[in-house]
Amino acid sequence: MSKDKKTVTTVNPRTASRRKFMKGLAGTAIGATLAGKAMASAGSKKSGFLTINSLEEYLQKNYREMTKEEKAQVLARMEKEYSERYGKDVKVKDTEPIDGVKFTYALDLNRCIGCRRCVYACVDENNQSRENPQVQYIKVLQFENGTMDFEESNRYYNPEQVPEEGKYYMPVQCQHCEKAPCVKACPIKATWTEDDGIVVVDYNWCIGCRYCMAACPYEGRSFNWGDPHLPAEEMNPNTHYLGNRPRMRGVVEKCTFCIQRSREGRYPACVEICPVGARKFGDMNDPTSEVRYIFEHKRVFRIKEDLLTEPKFFYFFG
Amino acid sequence: MKRSRLIAAVAALVLLGGLGLAVANQAGDFPVDPPELDEDYYPCAENCHNDMDVDRTPRVLEDEHSDIVLHHAEQFRWCLDCHDAENRDVLHLQNGTKVPFEESYLLCGQCHGDKFRDWRAGIHGKRTGNWNGQKHYLLCAHCHNPHTPKFKAIKPEPPPAVPGGAEAGAAH
Amino acid sequence: MANFMEFFVGTVKLVFVGSKRYYAWMAFLIVLAAIGLAAWSQQLSDGLIVTGMRDPVSWGIYIGNFTFLVGVAAAAVLLVIPAYIYKWGPIKEIVLLGELLAVSAICMCLMFVTFDLGHPERFWHLIPGLGIFNFPVSMLSWDVVVLNMYLALNLCVPVYILWKAYHNEHPNYKILWPFIIFSVPAAVSIHTVTAFLYSAFPARAFWNASILAPRFIASAFCSGPSFIIIAFQIIRSTTKIKIKDEAIFKLGEIIAYAMGINLFLLISEVFKEYYSHTVHLAPMEYLFQGLHGHNGLVPLIWTAIALNVSAFIIMIVPKLRKNFKFLNLACVMMFIGVWIEKGPGLIIPGFTPTPLGEVWEYSPTTTEVLISMGIWAIGLIIFTLLLKVAIPIETGEFRKPGLENK
Repeated sequence: MSKDKKTVTTVNPRTASRRKFMKGLAGTAIGATLAGKAMASAGSKKSGFLTINSLEEYLQKNYREMTKEEKAQVLARMEKEYSERYGKDVKVKDTEPIDGVKFTYALDLNRCIGCRRCVYACVDENNQSRENPQVQYIKVLQFENGTMDFEESNRYYNPEQVPEEGKYYMPVQCQHCEKAPCVKACPIKATWTEDDGIVVVDYNWCIGCRYCMAACPYEGRSFNWGDPHLPAEEMNPNTHYLGNRPRMRGVVEKCTFCIQRSREGRYPACVEICPVGARKFGDMNDPTSEVRYIFEHKRVFRIKEDLLTEPKFFYFFG
Repeated sequence: MKRSRLIAAVAALVLLGGLGLAVANQAGDFPVDPPELDEDYYPCAENCHNDMDVDRTPRVLEDEHSDIVLHHAEQFRWCLDCHDAENRDVLHLQNGTKVPFEESYLLCGQCHGDKFRDWRAGIHGKRTGNWNGQKHYLLCAHCHNPHTPKFKAIKPEPPPAVPGGAEAGAAH
Repeated sequence: MANFMEFFVGTVKLVFVGSKRYYAWMAFLIVLAAIGLAAWSQQLSDGLIVTGMRDPVSWGIYIGNFTFLVGVAAAAVLLVIPAYIYKWGPIKEIVLLGELLAVSAICMCLMFVTFDLGHPERFWHLIPGLGIFNFPVSMLSWDVVVLNMYLALNLCVPVYILWKAYHNEHPNYKILWPFIIFSVPAAVSIHTVTAFLYSAFPARAFWNASILAPRFIASAFCSGPSFIIIAFQIIRSTTKIKIKDEAIFKLGEIIAYAMGINLFLLISEVFKEYYSHTVHLAPMEYLFQGLHGHNGLVPLIWTAIALNVSAFIIMIVPKLRKNFKFLNLACVMMFIGVWIEKGPGLIIPGFTPTPLGEVWEYSPTTTEVLISMGIWAIGLIIFTLLLKVAIPIETGEFRKPGLENK
């Protein structure tokens, strides 16, 4: 598997031509904008002191406050920037929620074998940083049969083969809570719940305070501690503004139910990769959907239900 | 006597249900991948079995198919309980109805009614495609070898890096 | 305007002229601050990856220091309020110093949170009108409001008093009074809101305790006054300002009661968690005993408890607290003890184990430590400079030209 490779060529926004004079400008807003201008005019796409490429980017509004025209401008700017950086034709969409749809996820604990195919399909689809920092939205927990104490779970298991005798597996990712504590926590509304129930982040609005991470009971959020390392050849060019477009360092990111796929009717990447079909996804408002069938015919539960965050992510025994 | 009648009734019901599904399926409800048939053998009738006599005695096969391990309620079952004796290129249900390999789920569904129901609803088994449109199904036999149906263990993908470990240059 | 220029020139003279000890002190702080800023520039260039923080423990000593200093800022004012209200002589003279300490502490707080941000340059997203402010839903937005309000309040009151004194006038208490009254709830609010910030979310069992806010206030009454007691002794030995022993001993007494309450609340928490022995015990076990072989905080927290208990005994015995050697020892012990308890001892167990049960140990990197020291140095520089101007005005040495001898 390519994941086993120790060396990967990555677009490291830090190592290439950083402009020395910028050092003196760092830290202030004026510095930020000036530096941004300088970088833009030099055609640089690497982040040194700042991850901003233009004054326009620095002054960009929150996604939800942009007009249609402003959105179009921003998307075009991003497409140009990403296409240059990754050497391929990158599309940045802003596909809107489908009316009346409430996305729901269901995971069959009887089926999951803990093979982690979902973890890496997700990383590939969603352009996460591969290393330094490694960002993975899905954490697969291994439990001893007969217990569901998270503290006793193990996420670093690595036997020759799974499933192991006497063990079961529980993958956890963002639970897309109806009453999301992270959304409540954010001081600047950089994260919110969309009409179709997906909890999203505007990476250009996030200030990186990480209060949402402290508020999340599911470890559903990851922070880009350093410049993300995304190999150009592995970059998925089919992106969404609120989803898998490349992130900059210093911002929080999370599972979006593969918003770039799901809003076009497709299953998320983790659903399609799962070799045992443990992962089910669909519209809870549609009486014929798979998730609705599960809800009506199976015994379902949600983890940490006592916190009343009302996740839209169910576990069941199929 | 009563019991066999009951079994026949159940079989008929399953068959009816199965036929209904098959019809719906043919009408394009969802595409199912074709079965993976071993080209060394298939078509079985033409290649070998047409020239052979049918021996219905349950026995250990020694000349051919000795690689097949039957680990699927083997104490009650033998090849010709599922494979059709007259035409080895099809399967047959308990009541004798012949079904092609493409619709082998009808055969599986005879015993595994609950799984069959879940499979039809899209709950059991792997699906690809669209949550609100065309879904792609797999046959039972794509994931479960019918002779030894238990899902095979596989090698897991690598575990996550311990946070901070890689940056410090520590290999783990 | 000319008036202001005069004042400004006067302050510059005051700031740049001092004893050898003053120069040495300032040079020491400036070196630390410079090292801290250099380390910060590395953090700005590489990102927060230069810190020891990672997803499992996503806040570290920056936020720990922030929390501790909010307490110092709150207590500095809470303590001096009775002086205004009850006109208790011995403390009244030194009220200003407490407020200036509050200003310095809040500046440090703001630096610590800013330096902890992934994108400090996007600060304008927080400014109402320009950005979007998730008020009143987010507790963090409350914190931004109360901290800035408190900073403004504590700048206005001393500046007004000093400005008047500079002109040899008495402050108009009709104007001052509402501000002074308001600073009581304001001081309580900054520390309460900071506690609510943590106790708000059930995801973190260690913080999700209603006792957190009262404990914050109680421990703030230990750390803030401890600092003030030491600072007052330095001030009265290096300047002409008079600070009576009586005032210092009174502070010691207040500290003793506060530490008593703090220890009582700690025992209440420890009892509840250990006796009920639910999954919520894990962070406390990690803190006091270590968990699954991870015990980085254990020596720290027991040091803190030893320091706090010993300091409590010294402070509660009148004979001991009226002996400056013991008093100062107790103050230093308590300052360190409360720092451990409210800094690393509060933040890290909040994240350990993680909500999904991972026990991952955080320890700060050198860069993080240098930045933190730099911020402390900058805070002390601010405090020193404020005192350098305020004290001569208080003592009447610095007056508007022409009013010197009145």
